[in-house]
Amino acid sequence: MAAAAQEAAGGGGGSPSSARRRLRIISGHLRGSPRAPEREALSPSPCKAQGSSAGPASGSIPKKRQELLKWNGWGYNDSKFIFNKKGQAEFTGKRYRLGGMVLPTFKEWIEKTFGASLEHKTTSRASLNVNDVPPSIVNEEFLQDLRATKISYSQDAEDRVFRAHGHCLHEIFVLREGMFKRIPDVVVWPVCHEDVVKIVELACKHNLCIIPFGGGTSVSSALECPEEEKRTIVSLDTSQMLAESGFCTGHEPDSMEFSSLGGWVATRASGMKKNIYGNIEDLVIHIKMVTPRGIVEKNCQVPRMSTGPDIHHFIMGSEGTLGVVTEVTIKIRPIPEYQKYGSVVFPNFERGVACLREVAKQRCAPASIRLVDNAQFQFGHALKPQVASIFTSFLDGLKKFYITKLCRRKRTCGEMREMTERFQFKGFDPNILCVATLLFEGDREKVLQHEKQVYDIATKFGGLAAGEDNGQRGYMLTFVIAYLRDLGLDYYVIGESFETSVPWDRVLDLCRNVKERIVRECKEKGVQFAPFSTCRVTQTYDAGACVYFYFAFNYRGISDPIHVYEQIERAAREEILANGGSLSHHHGVGKLRKRWMKESISDVGLGMLRSVKEYVDPNNIFGNKNLL
Amino acid sequence: KELTSKKRDEFEDILEERRLSSDLRYAMKCYTPVIYKGLSPCKPSAIKSAVLQSEQVQYVIKQLAKEMGESPDIIQEEAMEILDEMGHSMQLGAVRFFAFTLSKIFKRLFQRVCVNEEGMQRLQHAIQEHPVVLLPSHRSYVDFLMLSYLLYTYDLALPVIAAGIGNFVCVVLFFVCFSDFLGMKIVGELLRRAGAFFMRRSFGGNRLYWAVFAEYVKTMLKSGYAPIEFFLEGTRSRTAKTLTPKFGLLSIVMEPFFKREVFDTYLVPISISYERILEESLYAYELLGVPKPKESTSGLLKARRILSDNFGTVHIYIGQPVSLRTLASGRINRCPYNLVPRHLPHKPSEDIQEFVSDVAYKMELLQIENMVLSPWVLAAAVLLQNLPAMDFELLIEKTLWLKGLTQTFGGFIEWPDNLCAKKAVASGLTLHSNIARLVDGHVVLNDKGVEDGAVEEIVFKRALAILMCATYRNQLLNVFVRPSLVAVALQMTRSFRKEEVYSCFSFLRDVFSDEFIFFPGISLKDFEEGCFLLTKCDAIQTSQQEIYPTDKGSVIVSFLSAMFRPFVEGYQLIFRYLSKETKEAFTEKQFIPGVRNFVFQLLEKGNTQCYEALSSDMQKNALAALVQLGAVKKKKM
Repeated sequence: MAAAAQEAAGGGGGSPSSARRRLRIISGHLRGSPRAPEREALSPSPCKAQGSSAGPASGSIPKKRQELLKWNGWGYNDSKFIFNKKGQAEFTGKRYRLGGMVLPTFKEWIEKTFGASLEHKTTSRASLNVNDVPPSIVNEEFLQDLRATKISYSQDAEDRVFRAHGHCLHEIFVLREGMFKRIPDVVVWPVCHEDVVKIVELACKHNLCIIPFGGGTSVSSALECPEEEKRTIVSLDTSQMLAESGFCTGHEPDSMEFSSLGGWVATRASGMKKNIYGNIEDLVIHIKMVTPRGIVEKNCQVPRMSTGPDIHHFIMGSEGTLGVVTEVTIKIRPIPEYQKYGSVVFPNFERGVACLREVAKQRCAPASIRLVDNAQFQFGHALKPQVASIFTSFLDGLKKFYITKLCRRKRTCGEMREMTERFQFKGFDPNILCVATLLFEGDREKVLQHEKQVYDIATKFGGLAAGEDNGQRGYMLTFVIAYLRDLGLDYYVIGESFETSVPWDRVLDLCRNVKERIVRECKEKGVQFAPFSTCRVTQTYDAGACVYFYFAFNYRGISDPIHVYEQIERAAREEILANGGSLSHHHGVGKLRKRWMKESISDVGLGMLRSVKEYVDPNNIFGNKNLL
Repeated sequence: KELTSKKRDEFEDILEERRLSSDLRYAMKCYTPVIYKGLSPCKPSAIKSAVLQSEQVQYVIKQLAKEMGESPDIIQEEAMEILDEMGHSMQLGAVRFFAFTLSKIFKRLFQRVCVNEEGMQRLQHAIQEHPVVLLPSHRSYVDFLMLSYLLYTYDLALPVIAAGIGNFVCVVLFFVCFSDFLGMKIVGELLRRAGAFFMRRSFGGNRLYWAVFAEYVKTMLKSGYAPIEFFLEGTRSRTAKTLTPKFGLLSIVMEPFFKREVFDTYLVPISISYERILEESLYAYELLGVPKPKESTSGLLKARRILSDNFGTVHIYIGQPVSLRTLASGRINRCPYNLVPRHLPHKPSEDIQEFVSDVAYKMELLQIENMVLSPWVLAAAVLLQNLPAMDFELLIEKTLWLKGLTQTFGGFIEWPDNLCAKKAVASGLTLHSNIARLVDGHVVLNDKGVEDGAVEEIVFKRALAILMCATYRNQLLNVFVRPSLVAVALQMTRSFRKEEVYSCFSFLRDVFSDEFIFFPGISLKDFEEGCFLLTKCDAIQTSQQEIYPTDKGSVIVSFLSAMFRPFVEGYQLIFRYLSKETKEAFTEKQFIPGVRNFVFQLLEKGNTQCYEALSSDMQKNALAALVQLGAVKKKKM
C-alpha cells in the first residue's frame, strides 16, 4: 500500500470547488449523526437512513498506531473474539454491531471444522521486544536536512516495526513469534503535498529508499522491506494527510476502516459496492503523484480524454514503486436514501452461479451481490448471536427454520405450506444449498422495484428468498473475518483469504478445483485435519466474476506451519491460473505474487512497465521491489 | 531398479462362487454400484439433452448449417438421431439378463476367471474420487463383456464402452454362435439389448458425428455417471502382441482435465490375459489374408465345438489408477486453454499431442507389465526355436530355464498351483492340442492336416500352425524386447564397443517401432535397461566403453536373438520385396498381397524358413516403420 489521500477528495489541485463544498456538507451531516463512527455494514439502522457511511473519523489513525490498533493482529485494540468464562465465543468492544454479543454455536463450529480444541492454545508474546528490533541506521546529514523541513519523524523502534508489515499471515506470525530482518530506519509524517515533495527531494539527494505507507492493510507482502536493501529506508506514512472525512464515495473495500485512498489507488482497489459506484479506476478523476522525476498529473478534470494511453493507469496499481500519490480527485455520490439487505437460497452452488450470471447479463446487479458456498453459509450461521430476535423479523425466523430444518411438512398456514412444499420440491439439502446475499441502495421505490427484478430472476434458477437477516450476516462476516484470524492463531488455526477474477464459463470449475487442490495439498503436506476451504463469488461483471477464497487449517503437529501454508497457497494460485483465473482481482501483486507476473502480462508487457519505472525512478528511490 | 521384486497382487477366481451358487440369484442380486462423489443421479434422457444442448455440439451444428446452407433444425435432428443410435441406455433389466447369460457361457468356456481383488478395491475407491477411464488390453471380443461382468460382480458401475462397429458385430456373432446353447429366443433378446453396453463408433470425417460422440463421452466422464472404457490399441491384436496406441479417444477423455472441467481423471490400465484365446485360429487365418471363413460353414465358431472346448484360465489384472493430474504436472502449458472459449473445437497443440502420445505409451507399458504369462507361453517360445520336433524332456528343461529368465526380466508368470514343470507343460499341451501334440516323446506342431497335399497346401498349413504358436510366444516379446535387441545388436555388429552396439540397438528400435512398444524418445534409457537386465542374468559384462558376452551368457544371448530372428528375417524379406519387386508407386492395398506372394514363393522353394513374414501384421508394421523413417513416402493420389 502506498501513497496518500489528501483532504482534497472532492476538489482537485487543492483549490476549493463546489464539489468540496458539497463534501463538507456531507461530512458535516455524517458527523451530526449519532452513529457516524460505526461501520455501515454492522449498523444497518443509521445506514438505512443515511446510506453508506464513511471512512474513519477525522484523523482517526494516530501516529502511534498501537494506541488505537493491535500491534500483532487486525483492527482495533478493543475489538476481538474471545472465549468467555462459559467457554462461549464473544466479540468484545462497542465498535461493531456484534460487539458484546455471545455466539453460542461458534465454538462447536470451530471444533467441528478444524478439529481445534480450546485446551490447545498458543499465545503470542505479550509485547514487542524492543531489543530484538534492528537498529535504525540513518545518515546524520539527512536527519539535519529533515529537521530543517519541520516534517514530523520518528526513529522509535515500535513506530518502525509497525510500518514494516501488512497483514499477510506470515507477517502477523512474525509479529507474534519473531522479528523482521529488515524494517524502516525512519518514519516520516508529511501533512501536505509540499512535505512529500521535500521528502522525495531529500531522498534523491541522500540516495535513500522510500516506502510509502497508507493504511497498512496490504495482503501481498507489499510493505515488507527488501532484506538486501542497504540504503536507509524511509517509511512515508500518509495517514496524517487525511484532514477531512465523512464523504461518501461508495467505495467500500472490506478493509475500508483502515486502508487509505492513496492505497486504493496504488493497488487498483475494488469495493463491495462497485456495481453502483465502480472500482477505483472508475471513480478517479484526477491524480497527483510526486516522483523522483517530478510531479505527474493531468491538466484538467474531465470525464474522459483521448490523449494516448491513460497515465492514470501507470499510477493505479503501481504499488508504491513510482512515487507518492498526494492528491486524488474522486467522484462522489449523494448518500442513498434507502438501503436494504436481502438473501436468496439456492439448491446448489451451480444454480446460484447461473443466477448471478443471468443477473450480470441483464445488468441489474444490486449494489452488492455475493454468492457464498455451503461451507461459508454454515460459517456465517455459526456466527449467529444469541439474541437473534433483535435481528430478525418473525417471518425471517420462520424461513430460517425451514432452511436449517428442511423438508418437514407443516400445515400451519397457507403461506408456510407453500414454502415448505417449494423447499421439498426443489430438494434443498442443508449440506448442499448455498446463499446469495444482496444489498440494494437507492431511493426507496427503485430499490423495491429492483429487488423484485432480482428475486424474479432468482426464482427462475430455483432460488428462494431467505430474508434480510441472512444477507446482513453475510456482509458482517467480511468485516469480522480478519478478527477471526487472530482468534484462530491462538488455537493453532492459521488461514488467509485470496482472490481472483475469472470468465463466467469457468467460475464453477475454478471454484471446485481450487478448493479440491487445497484439500489435496493439505493432505500431501501432512496437515492432520481437513482444511476449511471455501469460496464466494463476490463481484459480478459482464464478462466474469471475482471469486474470493478463505482457506484455514489446524496446524497442530506441523513444525513449520507458515512454510506449509505458503506452499499450499502457492499451489492454490497455480491452480487458479491453470483454470483461467487472474493473478489478482484487487489485492495486487506486491512481492507475494511477483513470480507469476511474466506469465500474467507477457515478457513485453513486463518490459513496458519496467521502462516506465526506469524513466520515472532511475535510482530506485521507491525501492519496495513490488510488482516488477 | 529391481524389476523382479515388483509386488503384485494375489488373484481370486470369480467363477468359483458362480459354480457353487445360483446364477439366477446372482443376476437378481441387489445391485447398487458406488458412484462418483459429486454425482447427482440423472436419467439417460437428461444426459442426451445435455449433450445436444451443449455449447460444443450447438457450435458445430451452427457451423454446419452455415456451410451447407441448411436449417440448423435439420442438423439438430440429425444430431438427435446419432445420439439415439449411440445412446447408451443402461437398463437394470438388461444388466441382469447379461449377468445371467454370461455366467452360463463363461462357466462353460473357462476353467477360471481370476482377478486381483486389491485392484478391484482400488478401482472402487477411484470411482468415488474422480472420473475414471478404463483402459483394458484388447485380445478378444470377450474383453469388454468380461470387464462389464467383472464390474457387475464387484458391485461397480458398468462402464460406457466406446468401441468400433467391428466389436459390435463380433459380439453379435459371439451370441449367435451360442444360439444352440441358449436358444434363439434368448439370443434375439440379447442382440436387442447388446446396444446397452457400448457405443458404436464409426465416423469417416463426419464432423457432426464426431462432435456428438466426443461430447457424449466427455459428458459421461465429467458427470462421473459411469466409467468410460475403450481400447488404446483401437482393435483386437491378432498377434497377442500389444498394438501401438491410437490417440483419438485418449485425447477426448483427457480434454476435460486440460480444460479443467474436472479436477483430475484416473486412467486405469487393465491387463486381460487369456490362457487360450477364443479367436486364435480365426486370427491366424486373418493374418494370412484368407477371407474370414464363413461362420456357418467353417465350423471355427460353431458353438457346439467352442462350448465343448476348454479355454483355460483368464487373468484380469486391474492396474493402479494413474492420476492424469500427476502425469501432467509441470508438462502442460496452460495458456492455450485459457485464451480460447472452451466450447470451440480446439486442435491440440504439439505439446499436448506429444503428452497424449506419451501417456498412451505409458499406459500400454503398464498393461504389458501386468500381463500374466502362462507356462505354455514359455513352452511355445522354446518350441518355435526347435522345429519341426523337439524332445519333450528337453522342452520341459528349457521351459523351466526360460521361466527363470522371464522372471529376471520382470515378466509376470502364474505357475498354476505350483505344478511341477512336467505337469505344467503337459497341461499346456493338452489345452493347446490344436497347435502342438506329443508324438513318441517328441512335441510336434499340429500341421499335418493334409499329408500328401500340394506344396502350397503344406506351406499354408504350416504357416497357420506357426502363426498360432507365435501368438503365444508373442506375449513374451514386449517383456524381452530391450535385452533381446541388445543381444541382436551384439551379434549383428560383432563388436564389443558400446557405442557401436548402441547405434545398432537404436537402429533396430527405430525399425521395430511399430512392432513393439517403446516409450517415445528414450532410446538410450531402453538400451541401458536392456544392458542392465542382461548383466543381471550374467549374460554380459559391461565396462565404461565395452560390452562382452560372458561364457555362460552366450546361451542366453543366442536364445534371445533367435527369439527375435523371425522379425529380423521377416523385415529383411519385406525390404527385399520393396527394393526388388516394386518399381514405382504402389497402393497399400497392393502391398500386402504382393509381399505375401513373394514370401510364399520363397517358402515353397525352401529359400526361407521365415513363415512369420506371411503375417499381414508384420507387413503393415514394417511399412509403417519405413514411412516413419522416411524410406518410403506416403502420397495421396
